[in-house]
Amino acid sequence: MQPKSLVNITDYGRDDILRILQSAAKFKQSPNRDLLQGRVCATLFFEPSTRTRLSFETAVNRLRGRIIGFSDAATSSSTKGESLKDTIMMVSNYADLIIMRHHLEGSARYASEVSPVPVINAGDGSNQHPTQTLLDLFTIYETQGTLENLTITIVGDLKYGRAVHSLIQGLSHFHPTFNFVAPDELGIPEKYKLYCDRRGIKYNEYAEFSPESINSADILYMTRVQKERFTDLMEYEKVKNVYILYNDMLSESKPNLKVLHPLPRVNEINQDVDENPKAYYFQQAKNGMFVRQAVICDLLGIGVE
Amino acid sequence: MTKELQVAALENGTAIDHIPTEEVFKVVTLLGLQRLNNRITIGNNLKSKKMGAKGIIKVSDKFFAEDEINRIALVAPKVNLNIIKNFEVVEKKNVALPDEIIEIVKCNNPKCITNNEPMKTRFHVIDKEKVELQCHYCELKIRKEEIVLK
Repeated sequence: MQPKSLVNITDYGRDDILRILQSAAKFKQSPNRDLLQGRVCATLFFEPSTRTRLSFETAVNRLRGRIIGFSDAATSSSTKGESLKDTIMMVSNYADLIIMRHHLEGSARYASEVSPVPVINAGDGSNQHPTQTLLDLFTIYETQGTLENLTITIVGDLKYGRAVHSLIQGLSHFHPTFNFVAPDELGIPEKYKLYCDRRGIKYNEYAEFSPESINSADILYMTRVQKERFTDLMEYEKVKNVYILYNDMLSESKPNLKVLHPLPRVNEINQDVDENPKAYYFQQAKNGMFVRQAVICDLLGIGVE
Repeated sequence: MTKELQVAALENGTAIDHIPTEEVFKVVTLLGLQRLNNRITIGNNLKSKKMGAKGIIKVSDKFFAEDEINRIALVAPKVNLNIIKNFEVVEKKNVALPDEIIEIVKCNNPKCITNNEPMKTRFHVIDKEKVELQCHYCELKIRKEEIVLK
């Protein structure tokens, strides 16, 4: 039997998600523990991603684990034409757990099927990045005290945004209401509307970043509108400044509202929001490390007190 | 009155009838008929009361396994299969898509791992009626008209 891996947020049910979040809360209280003493984790970054790699590696370091791996495919044997399978088989001879990022979609699923040790998907192309979703869920749980019955307004690129799609799937267990705010060209894909319909999840769509969409929300999840996503650059010029959050737009928002963003941001959250206590994106990024500590221990079957 | 056969009769084997004319050669590929040494008769653009025009494939001394014939449902879900023994039809079968399709379909996503690694493709059939597949690896959904055989 294959070991348990985390490839897709849909690999985790409601109970799995809650178990990870409870464990992450313990790591947030006390992140330095000896739980990975004597263990080796491999970070295989076939595609560079400094932020994600540092977060995972810090998570392992703070648990006293050791790390092997590479941060760029150029320094791995895949440039010599080695197959992914062979690389995974080799590394699993040395490591107790593999954390991988790869530009090809489905690579982590395949790796998890051939690997004798657990695999954590740290991003496979534009497909999945489940620890991003878990850190979003943890941050929502932390700031709202619950995941149940919340109104989440998601703004920006809802068409290609991987974080957005996974967040919808991750929250689907907890009776959310979504407000989708996006230009026509980057609207939420039909398949995610169907996904919501099938599960009885309520959602509203807005083309305009209206006060209503902000003031009804418990969570305002901002994303980047990327120029390269547009086929028509005229269209980009029209919308690029429409989905920007300024501090004064939050004046009538709910007291419990928190503003989140998967980062990096460009200009979609004005810097004047940073001073508002409702801005929570930097804390959100920090939570990634605790969630990753929780996932690593969970997959290795290590209990957290 | 005896009906004139449009394709020679089969003593023993499998006759696949009512194939849409444009799908006949895809069925050949799906069943790997090009690799067989059996006697095979292929008829196309034959008259059909039901369909106007149709294709027929007759394979002598060959009885396909369930999972082999079910592949045909990918391109021609409405074909009839007649199992023939001693010039008699002993069994009629319809084809049904399996829940999972391994190896015979190519993923349309160039960035999918299956197009970049020596490995088998694997699809979940998410809608048997409309013939909609989802790649097990990159999760791309593929509609019937987008299906490309490997």
